[in-house]
Amino acid sequence: MAEDLYRPRSRADLFWSFTWLALQGFGGVLAVVQRELVEKKRWMTREQFIEDWAVAQIMPGPNVVNLSLMIGGRYFGLPGAVAALAGMLAAPLVVVLLLAVLYGNVAETAMAQNALRGMGAVAAGLITATGIKLIGALDKNAMGISLCIALAVLTFVAIALLRWPLLWVLLGVGGGACLWAYRVLAAVHTLKADET
Amino acid sequence: MSMQPTLANWVDLFGHFASLSLLAVGGAITTAPDMHRYLVHQNAWLSDAQFSSSIALSQAAPGPNVLFVALLGWNVGLNAGGGPGGGAVAWALALLGVLVSMVAILLPSSVLTYTATRWAHHNRELRAVRAFKTGMAPIVIALLIATGWLLTGSHDHPARDWPLWLLTAVTTLLVWRTKIHLLWLIGAGGLLGALGWV
Repeated sequence: MAEDLYRPRSRADLFWSFTWLALQGFGGVLAVVQRELVEKKRWMTREQFIEDWAVAQIMPGPNVVNLSLMIGGRYFGLPGAVAALAGMLAAPLVVVLLLAVLYGNVAETAMAQNALRGMGAVAAGLITATGIKLIGALDKNAMGISLCIALAVLTFVAIALLRWPLLWVLLGVGGGACLWAYRVLAAVHTLKADET
Repeated sequence: MSMQPTLANWVDLFGHFASLSLLAVGGAITTAPDMHRYLVHQNAWLSDAQFSSSIALSQAAPGPNVLFVALLGWNVGLNAGGGPGGGAVAWALALLGVLVSMVAILLPSSVLTYTATRWAHHNRELRAVRAFKTGMAPIVIALLIATGWLLTGSHDHPARDWPLWLLTAVTTLLVWRTKIHLLWLIGAGGLLGALGWV
């Protein structure tokens, strides 16, 4: 599990790291977070990233904001959470306000709309690839890979094809999966106790 | 089409956004329809065009998409100060609008998330906490892939939109299989779009 993980050196390191990844996040920051923090900086494993993302997703509020709070808070407590959050928001806020002042309604022009279409298609690819890359982390899941795949397919069908509301799916499929995991983990505990 | 910049109105705006903060499961963008109702229809603090250009502009810019809320606050303040021609007062009110709306949308959810995750971290060996993380893992991975699917599926005319789909598929492969920097891909997507090729 401990495959040579690093950690942020300081709160300033957190701030600038999150600033840099937020500024790369056109059409969604999550893919960039995965690429930078898991693959490049190695602050967390794929498994930890999924666990954090699950929490960030289920809590109210913007989910990448939640994620930055959680990661910053893990290393440096509340000051770390604030540093990561500030990094995630400060520079992009300045950029977006400057755009608003300088260009106003340029985002409504045909060329900008077309560029946005193209960037949107790329963003869809980024997020899909992030999901695909994380599937490998399910190998270590206590519920077993077959059940994990079944749950993932069920969730995909409910959200992408049937267009059910997110909250229902999280409560229904997610809640069921958590209850099942609770049982499985009990069995794992007993097994370990028997072995020793 | 503007807000009277009274304390009562700012407090009302703050309160409304703060309550939406706690309802925003699945991202701030899920609260956009209610913000539209509140700002455009109920109070007429923003025009319809300002609302949609705030969303469009925040999507064009880098960073979390919650920044559309900052732009909404900016425009509410700017309108209250008499628009861009209102001088220093208008700009100051616009900045106040950014501050009020962003703090309101972020503070409640952030306090809740931070507190809950600290608790969960201290109790990470608890069976319930481990069950939550184990059970949710396949769900959230599927949600990512579903998000990609939905973003692609919003363009649903195969004859016209196939180049977009191809671009998404190629991007997926490149990000999955190579270490190519994501900014190149975003830039290429923007360029292809601006040239009208996708």
